[in-house]
Amino acid sequence: MILEIENLRVEFPSRRGTLVAVDDVSFAIAPGEVLGMVGESGAGKTLSGLAVIGLIEPPGRIAAGEVRLEGRRIDNLPHEEMRKLRGRRIGVVFQDPLTSLNPLYTIGAQLEETILTHLPLSRTQARARALALLREVGIPAPESRFEHYPHQFSGGMRQRVVIALALAAEPSLLIADEPTTALDVSIQAQIIALLKRLARERGTAVLLITHDMGVIAETAQRVAVMYAGRLVELGPVRDVIHSPRHPYTAGLMGSIPKITPQRNRRLAQIEGAMPRLNAIPPGCPFNPRCPRRFERCAVERPELLPAGASAAACWLHAAS
Amino acid sequence: MPPPSLLSLSRVSRDFDVSAPWLNRVIERGPRRSLRAVDEVSFEVVGGETLALVGESGCGKSTVARLIVGLYGPTSGRVEFRGRRMQMIFQDPYASLNPRWRVKDIVAEPLRILNTRKDVSELLVQVGLSPDDGEKYPHEFSGGQRQRISIARALAGEPDFVVCDEPTSALDVSVQAQILNLMSELQQRLRLTYVFISHNLAVVSQIADRVGVMYFGRVVELAPTAQLFARPRHPYTRMLLDAVPDLAMSGKPRTPIAGEVPNPLAPPPGCAFHPRCPHANERCRRERPQVIDNVACHAVEERRINLAAQPQGGF
Repeated sequence: MILEIENLRVEFPSRRGTLVAVDDVSFAIAPGEVLGMVGESGAGKTLSGLAVIGLIEPPGRIAAGEVRLEGRRIDNLPHEEMRKLRGRRIGVVFQDPLTSLNPLYTIGAQLEETILTHLPLSRTQARARALALLREVGIPAPESRFEHYPHQFSGGMRQRVVIALALAAEPSLLIADEPTTALDVSIQAQIIALLKRLARERGTAVLLITHDMGVIAETAQRVAVMYAGRLVELGPVRDVIHSPRHPYTAGLMGSIPKITPQRNRRLAQIEGAMPRLNAIPPGCPFNPRCPRRFERCAVERPELLPAGASAAACWLHAAS
Repeated sequence: MPPPSLLSLSRVSRDFDVSAPWLNRVIERGPRRSLRAVDEVSFEVVGGETLALVGESGCGKSTVARLIVGLYGPTSGRVEFRGRRMQMIFQDPYASLNPRWRVKDIVAEPLRILNTRKDVSELLVQVGLSPDDGEKYPHEFSGGQRQRISIARALAGEPDFVVCDEPTSALDVSVQAQILNLMSELQQRLRLTYVFISHNLAVVSQIADRVGVMYFGRVVELAPTAQLFARPRHPYTRMLLDAVPDLAMSGKPRTPIAGEVPNPLAPPPGCAFHPRCPHANERCRRERPQVIDNVACHAVEERRINLAAQPQGGF
């Protein structure tokens, strides 16, 4: 396994007590595997990604659990060591490519600098590598684009540059947080294809964080579904999509509009909204909205239980 | 006789001045430059229907919405409205509500302006909020609830025609489902006519009666929803359908889509889609296609596209 997360807990102290934004989350990603992490805003998916790269903003902190990269524990590393690890062993792609690029430097200069920071190469070698990376992420005629500034690129091309930057030092893990959300659907398909190819060809483990189940269906092998800071379902993408085991996942799948011949079919909807972090109900956090709840759900919190090929944190799957 | 149309646009265009500031133009001797955001768009909207306009960012769909409600005036062409009253729902429920006003005042604003009386709490209940919510401020609500407030405000003016500009794009999918269901309930109950602007083809396939596909300022194809998704004609429509992520995981082969939307300051000659089009020929590079039978494409006109061979993205 490239990445292993065990019982991760992220807390934010607040005046009205401690808010638990990520609560007891565990998963692992193998080399070359794309793990999709899906959930609605505030479910804790971005924070889980930030916890891996040690970028939780204080006063937030990792309160419990372990993060291991290639077998080595990284959640307790000193600041400086973590900084070296980011970029070198872990590449990161965020939603908005403009915030990841420095507007004052050409993309060639930014790539070269990143490469020289992490790898023992000469400037000429770094330049050759930068060009090869740009070619690999699908930027046409990279030699002519090398001296261009970020604003001279379109959104899709910028995101390719950001992916090239993230891959500059051959990281073993790539964290991509909503990498296609800011892009149009035709460009989105191009970026998805790129991420898939990179994972396959380079054996990079990818944590793909998104709210878009369609993107995960296209890209990931396994999917982790987050709700109110907790992992509620984890399993192979096909199984989670076609036979969701957690009632929340089922509701989520039903509420996604699909291109179907019968129109004006009412979308399945989950009543209510995800609870705020200061009002997470006891027991299963989904129980007040759940159409299949019973007494135990409001009292006892379910762990991930085996359910078919997947695992779901739901008492429906308790061995009776 | 066809049903009377509530709204008609005939050859509506809208240009924007994107020139450098006056001083720069004088010093650098730069010319005035203008950008054509909407280019001779014509369509009609019939009472009670939902017409959706889809397209990628920059295709001009939001400009059309603003032309319809009169936030922009057309550079040329005509917009005619024969209904009673129109309202608009905006994409961003955070920006479209005044944060300093209580919800009841926000919802009541159209009532004050139109000088009509209507119960605010009734409006709130109609969109699934509680009458007590009127006393609160917008920041106390989630994105979905804010969009409900926007809808209540729109309904306060008793419109028969509502322009919705990406009303669910900023929302999570489960909330989106709630809002879309609410909108179709309201449409049936109040006999509303919608123009629905969206970039999401799946959303459009669920709620629209007819769909217009926009590319580079033009409506390149307009068809009843079922027909558009089952038998798309314009190569761009086919490309868009093919790019929708395949949630069913049927393992369909995906045709990679090459290229991007061209720079609007340097529009390609002929058909704006020709640099990305697999069917483009000499005529497409030279001559701008006319809208014939609701599709603007030379290859369709000349029957060079085999309409029987369907892309994988349809039903």
